[in-house]
Amino acid sequence: MWNYTDKVKEHFFNPKNAGALETANAVGEVGSITCGDALKLMMKVNPDTNVIEDARFQTFGCGSAIASSSALTEMIIGKTVDEALVITNRDIAEYLGGLPPEKMHCSVMGAEALRAAIANFKGEEWVDDHEEGELVCKCFGIDAAMIERAVTVNNLTTLEEVTNYTKAGGSCQTCHEKIEEVLEAVLAKQAAKPPEKSPLLPVADIKPAPTPAPKADAPVAAAPKMTNVQRMQAIMMAIEEIRPQLQRDGGDVELVDIDGKDIYVRLSGACTGCSQSASTMMGVQMKLVEKLGEFVRVKPASLLAKV
Amino acid sequence: MTGVYLDNNATTRVDDAVVEAMLPLFTQHFGNASSMHAFGGAVGGLIEKARQQVQALLGAAHDTEIVFTASGTESDNTAILSALEAYPKKRTIITSVVEHPAVLSLCDYLENKRGITVHRIPVDSRGNLDIDAYKAALSPDVAIVSFMWANNETGTLFPIEELAKMAKAVGALFHTDAVQAVGKIPMRLADSSIDMLSLSGHKLHAPKGVGALYVKRGTRFRPMLRGGHQERSRRAGTENAPGIVGLGKAAELALQHMADENTRVRALRDKLERAILAAVPNCFVTGNPDLRLPNTANIAFEYIEGEAILLLLNENGIAASSGSACTSGSLEPSHVMRAMGVPYTAAHGATRFSLSRDTTEEEIDHVIAVVPGIIERLRALSPYWSKSGADAKGFAPVYS
Repeated sequence: MWNYTDKVKEHFFNPKNAGALETANAVGEVGSITCGDALKLMMKVNPDTNVIEDARFQTFGCGSAIASSSALTEMIIGKTVDEALVITNRDIAEYLGGLPPEKMHCSVMGAEALRAAIANFKGEEWVDDHEEGELVCKCFGIDAAMIERAVTVNNLTTLEEVTNYTKAGGSCQTCHEKIEEVLEAVLAKQAAKPPEKSPLLPVADIKPAPTPAPKADAPVAAAPKMTNVQRMQAIMMAIEEIRPQLQRDGGDVELVDIDGKDIYVRLSGACTGCSQSASTMMGVQMKLVEKLGEFVRVKPASLLAKV
Repeated sequence: MTGVYLDNNATTRVDDAVVEAMLPLFTQHFGNASSMHAFGGAVGGLIEKARQQVQALLGAAHDTEIVFTASGTESDNTAILSALEAYPKKRTIITSVVEHPAVLSLCDYLENKRGITVHRIPVDSRGNLDIDAYKAALSPDVAIVSFMWANNETGTLFPIEELAKMAKAVGALFHTDAVQAVGKIPMRLADSSIDMLSLSGHKLHAPKGVGALYVKRGTRFRPMLRGGHQERSRRAGTENAPGIVGLGKAAELALQHMADENTRVRALRDKLERAILAAVPNCFVTGNPDLRLPNTANIAFEYIEGEAILLLLNENGIAASSGSACTSGSLEPSHVMRAMGVPYTAAHGATRFSLSRDTTEEEIDHVIAVVPGIIERLRALSPYWSKSGADAKGFAPVYS
């Protein structure tokens, strides 16, 4: 028997916001009956304020899938869509007090449904992950993009973890080699140090903090830890790298604050009402994770006042 | 009522009389059966008595045909590996797609690592073996045919004697994994064409960790475990004397209770199925309705998922089992359901209720009272149910 937390049991046995929402103006459907779990998330969003006033779900799946769906609705009601779109599967799992590793894919399904529903609200024709990249796991229809995202957001390091979080490779197993290739590529990106004379890190202008002398047996290739100033510079430079792309489309992004792992940004111009803003935020987050070599969460500045 | 246990195909409660028979083996008769003194001799005598009890249950001609092992899995592995070693020029195995992993995983390994040819015979929508495919696979190169007697998920019985005769006709050994069948249906191995048969103690009210392999006299045999001379050198290792004595007692009791299993227990199973089918739309019994174990009811509920069903059953004090992916941690639904072509709409919701001689009518009534509400509750959450609707006219399950 799975070792579910009391919170998971509570949300399974007494799910909140279950059933159809007739007044929904944002619907996200992910999963399939073939895969063994599916979620239809329905939200009523106030078009003037972008606040999610109600949310309901219908789920085909196991105890943790139903609990994750219930938790998700509780987490998003009262939030604006921009506030909601930064919710990751980790947030859902944490809200529930954790899920068994083999069940983390249930939380991923919740996060995917949320993205789909928000895209639907914005009039965007949501293209699910299967069309973003090469299909890796044919049994469960998981593509490289979804694996990359799961690896990045959840700091996954092994094939087994990827399967637990995405289901990829959980059936015929013929895709294991391909999954490992994707995993290795992401990990390599994360581990990659910026070149010494990288324009992203004007280290010449930064006074390096004194570092302790390395021990004799310390691994030679160990990446040096950034000082706070270096880290802030890296974040600023990464944002600067992204801005020209957004400006070409009439939008922009600015760094507002840094609070540990949480990076607050403000989208402006065409980006504010853009149907792709969810993807933009995710893209900024991916870029920062890549540049920093650590997991960070990108959140809208509107959340800052509530911190 | 403290709880309704309907997961007897997974494991059974150890019978009180079995426990009573075992207890002296821990304190009073603790000697090593191989030792040359009275302490060991007493244990040796008890083991031989157990051998005779198992012989009687199987209807075997000789007690020496019973080899005690640690599990059904060990028995299965021993039988198949023995055949390959005894007939090294034969490089083919025949089995079915619905076998227990104890056979399927070994066959996969032998195919991938040793280049053995494995024919996996398909089944039809009721779980019946494709006899034509079996005939086509038979050849003088077949070292061993291994078919389960009864399927652990659906209870469907294979025509074992017929299948064994066909194997003998091409000179192949015939093994059956009878873990689910032993103790539930009458057997007379002395008159059969079966060369080897596996059984497991904990499926028939004996403890876990003990099993047996029947090896018909005259069958060429090679041991898997080599070492001492226990079990007439066919299975080395100090005997699990308490477990073996428990298995012997359980075999004796199974013989006594077989009529009950095939009348009262069968009637309870049928009552359970009829009541659920009548009260719950869009569900059906899987397997062969006419040729099944008397204790097994596997009901597939459309549009909901098995683990969720089990959690709610458990909340109501009922223990059952499911072929759903989520219960096992494997991410695919039961290979048995898939092999039978059960659609995904139902395969994920397949739920197994397996009864035993301990099961009472009161317990079955409780399950009948609870199940419809559970299914309704989960379907109210299911996006597929709301699409199809309880009034889905024209719904035609694969099995009716």
